[in-house]
Amino acid sequence: MRIVVLTKPVPDPASGGERLGPDGRLDRANSPAVVNGNDEYVLEKALKLIEAAGEGEVILLSMAPATAPETMRRALAMGATKGVLVTDPALEGSDTVATTRVLAAALKTLEFDLVFAGVDTSDGVAGVVPPGVAALTGLPFLSYAATIEPDAAARSVRVQRITPTGYDVLEAPMPALISGTQALGEPRYPSLKGIMAARSKEITTLSLADLEIESDAVGLKGAATKVVDSRKPEPRGATKVVREEPDEAARQVVALLTERRLI
Amino acid sequence: MGGIWVHGELAADGSLAKLSTEVATLARVLAADSGGSEVTGIVIGADPSGAAKELAAYVPAVWTVTEPLTGDHAGGMIAAQRMAALVEAHDPDVIVAGAGPEGRDLAGALSALTGRGVLANATAVRGTPDGPIATHSVFGGKLITDSAFVDGRGIITVRPNSVTAEPADKAGTVEAAAVSGELEQPAVPIVDRIEAATKAASIDDARIIVAGGRGVGGPDGFKLIEDLAKVLGGAVGATRAAVDSGWIPYSQQIGQTGKIVKPQLYLAMGISGAIQHKVGMQTASTIIAVNRDPDSPIADFADMIVIGDLVAVGNALLAQLRGRSG
Repeated sequence: MRIVVLTKPVPDPASGGERLGPDGRLDRANSPAVVNGNDEYVLEKALKLIEAAGEGEVILLSMAPATAPETMRRALAMGATKGVLVTDPALEGSDTVATTRVLAAALKTLEFDLVFAGVDTSDGVAGVVPPGVAALTGLPFLSYAATIEPDAAARSVRVQRITPTGYDVLEAPMPALISGTQALGEPRYPSLKGIMAARSKEITTLSLADLEIESDAVGLKGAATKVVDSRKPEPRGATKVVREEPDEAARQVVALLTERRLI
Repeated sequence: MGGIWVHGELAADGSLAKLSTEVATLARVLAADSGGSEVTGIVIGADPSGAAKELAAYVPAVWTVTEPLTGDHAGGMIAAQRMAALVEAHDPDVIVAGAGPEGRDLAGALSALTGRGVLANATAVRGTPDGPIATHSVFGGKLITDSAFVDGRGIITVRPNSVTAEPADKAGTVEAAAVSGELEQPAVPIVDRIEAATKAASIDDARIIVAGGRGVGGPDGFKLIEDLAKVLGGAVGATRAAVDSGWIPYSQQIGQTGKIVKPQLYLAMGISGAIQHKVGMQTASTIIAVNRDPDSPIADFADMIVIGDLVAVGNALLAQLRGRSG
């Protein structure tokens, strides 16, 4: 079984180092990058499925700046087989429309049984690229997966989709595109052996010309949206620190709740 | 024809999703700012009539598309294709949807099918002569950005709990819209529905949330959190650490990979307030934390922090709250 996992290098949310460039867009070159959190959950699931099947490949697909192989190596160190990186200077500043188009075009150059993606990314938090890629490729789309169960013999896949009241069990023939959540399970840490092995794993690079996409349609030039202003949020009021014994501390909490008409 | 469209999302029971009432309220404000654009609700479903009637309380006109397939198939992609056909035929300026799972699936597919851009996860929207401007909270709330469509037209998704829903002065009309064309994308059947074992109250719309983190120590510790939530009339929330430990289901998780909430009161028990959690709850009106560590990040953005043992403080608080209500 071959599983393509869409992975995006994002600024590390824990670093506090994210910043905007002069054009109001995320300055990716100067923000420390990690693999997007939700992508790690689907990658972990893909690795487990291949391990359980005893055969197959996990192929990473990213659209990212030319510096992305560093971040991709970490995902390769977790156990992915190889990587495909779509990179082109003209892609800088691409919005979700262009990203969706590029990823869909790149998928058409690959062979696979399943495509996995995180439901959203921590930088843009849009969650619109996976359904868009499904629409452009015509793949069956199964979103918000809490479980993913392929049946290789029947060439089908079952997914429990998270709903407000529980789960909808969805079933589709392969190939299919699935967006997954944290409920799929904790991602592994790369082992030392995995890190060593990742150094020699293959990363193929694709340019816009390879995908036959015109550079005017993507990047900042082709973007349908623009950032027009940015500012710091209004600070919250001062924090009242309570160090009294539990009974007195609880009285102060109750007093605040009463004052603010919360009880 | 221009105008602003509101996607009326269906809840599991066929009623209108609460998020759609917020989206509709926001669309009306946007229309007023833009000098009186027309607002039209669009409800697509196996039986859209009930939800359409509910949506008509918020907007002057609602169109329905009856699509039997959505009754037992994943709905987002189907609705997106029908919406794309309507967009093609009527050319609205702006389409606004909720930024929950259904709205994101719809917006993503609709964007791909129509080539229109998306301003995603807006916390506020205002109208200008050049088109709408959407406000976003980025980098874990450290920065607020305003974004616009280059040509003033596109799709906006709105984060839950961004506005308080308010019905319009007068109810709107409901009529069926004519849609033609084949559904070209594969429809994915729902082969079974599983009710969640947990009967935990939903955190999405909760006015009060009592949340536990790693500091709660285990599933037994969540009993205290549940008791506090019960006496306060609130719902139980949790951090990713508590969910990953299996102490409480994923449906209750708040933060970057969970839900974003905006309650009146957020009582954080044993939660350090790391950025991944903060993004999900920092807009709560009142934040009260109980934590051993006076230097935990939550001390920087809570209204009140009680430094102490959460079991001792929690039990004292529980006793006093019970004393009041009893």
